[in-house]
Amino acid sequence: MSITARILTPGSARAATLVLSEPLSFWGGFDPQTGIILDQHHPEAGACVKDRILVLPAARGSGGTPACIAESLRCKVGPAGVILKASDINVATGTLVAKTLYGTNCPVVCVTADDYETLCQAAELAIDEDGTIT
Amino acid sequence: MAGKDGPAMQLAINTVLQAAAIMGAERLVPATFAHLDACFYAGQAHIDFARLLLDHGARFAVPAWTNNGLVSLEQPELRAGEADADTIAGARELMHLYIKIGARPVWTCAPYQLPDRPALGDHIIVGESNAVSFYNAVIGARTNKYGDFLDVACALTGKVPLARLHTDEGRAGQIVLDTSAVPDKLKSGDIFFHLMGHVMGQKAGSLIPVIEGLPESTSEDNLKAISAAGAAAGGVELWHGVGITPEAATLDGALQGKSPAAQIAITVDDLAQARNQLSSGTDGPLNMVALGTPHFSLTEFAELAPLLAGRKVHQDVKVYVTTSRFIRDLAAAQGHIAPLEAAGVDIITDTCTYFSPAVRGCTGRAMTNAAKWAYYAPGMLGIEVCFGSLAECAESAVAGEVWRDHDIWRSLQ
Repeated sequence: MSITARILTPGSARAATLVLSEPLSFWGGFDPQTGIILDQHHPEAGACVKDRILVLPAARGSGGTPACIAESLRCKVGPAGVILKASDINVATGTLVAKTLYGTNCPVVCVTADDYETLCQAAELAIDEDGTIT
Repeated sequence: MAGKDGPAMQLAINTVLQAAAIMGAERLVPATFAHLDACFYAGQAHIDFARLLLDHGARFAVPAWTNNGLVSLEQPELRAGEADADTIAGARELMHLYIKIGARPVWTCAPYQLPDRPALGDHIIVGESNAVSFYNAVIGARTNKYGDFLDVACALTGKVPLARLHTDEGRAGQIVLDTSAVPDKLKSGDIFFHLMGHVMGQKAGSLIPVIEGLPESTSEDNLKAISAAGAAAGGVELWHGVGITPEAATLDGALQGKSPAAQIAITVDDLAQARNQLSSGTDGPLNMVALGTPHFSLTEFAELAPLLAGRKVHQDVKVYVTTSRFIRDLAAAQGHIAPLEAAGVDIITDTCTYFSPAVRGCTGRAMTNAAKWAYYAPGMLGIEVCFGSLAECAESAVAGEVWRDHDIWRSLQ
């Protein structure tokens, strides 16, 4: 399998996946100090994003999202990479700022609906600098 | 060190360009004003970002005003001991950093109540959801909802990606909400606008709704209520009120001649349902009354002061009114603050009560006239909330229990 994704924040990662069945609000629904999903209404509540490639349909649109993503990366409990079905400026901003402030490497990419379904089945994935997912 | 070419400005430029690419914006356009949300503390990353800007001499290219802080800088004594000391210290440090970088410390979620407003058609940079909705809808200034860091980055560069709500075609109404079935008497009270905003948010989601049938008497406080409730209950960033808001002289104008995706008749039932959803508690003895979400305006103070002048808030009830320092000072000069404080009302500036450590110690039942407060407080403070009109909140504060004006509610049965 090799999928070409649209790069939102460049970087590279190889890790086990955590697939979310619903969108996540990183502000309020997620603990940036531990990387654990807090939102009790979320199907994957209690799961930890640390060192995983996070595969999710979308991020819920809170303006606090970028700071929470950056904070989780600062605390070394953030995701290894993020694969989205719907592109998201907030997730991209948070990872770009963390990269500049802390030298973290958390790529964010966006894929088509068909590719997204394929990626949801993968247990482990790699994202390359050029946006190739294998 | 040079601000213009240093790492802080480089990060700002990269952040703006990244957003522009994601939105598919062809170019950047100059902005005239910013209202920053990144001064609202959520962790050390906020501070590290602000410190990078300060250390490298970054300056704002446009007037940049601050949203509420997590805490009040003016009233540091507000039950600080009951909240996490590190969080409070971090929140205060962040607020001071933005002052040093050159932001104007207005600390308000209702910056549109202050003088020097943006004008119709201005491109502005706003992150706070109610202010995004108010500026777009009521003033006709143009902003997308800018998340943390991107708001600051745009304010440093003075430019925004020309996309979505910054474009003419991005501002066309998409669904119509017709309120002609709602009796005029119900439309004359303040609760109608909060409930209507809540219903609008639920019906519209993130689409652009057009409301038909708002009364001519609709005040700016009423428009604030619709804006805030619609942004909280849905994701409304722009709405139009036919005959009321500047881009909606006519229904066809608001829709830019296009056909709406849906045309929905709003019923009294919808409003009654909204009231039920906003009242997580049953009526009974009260522990708190919270007013001023978004921040209380001068006209709201003028309305509240006579309701409580010469009376005493019940000893078991804390009454908080949140507002900006500017409006508080104006209200004081006009004689509205003294009678409220004499009655036992706490006026809080710089912050809000539904998230502030100031009120985390409160338990039990709270009453509010603000749909946005009623929407968030049960989850954030772990309390029961009863929603009511401003007059009901004032009477209830004195009575020590929820008091209902049956005249209002009869029409909502």
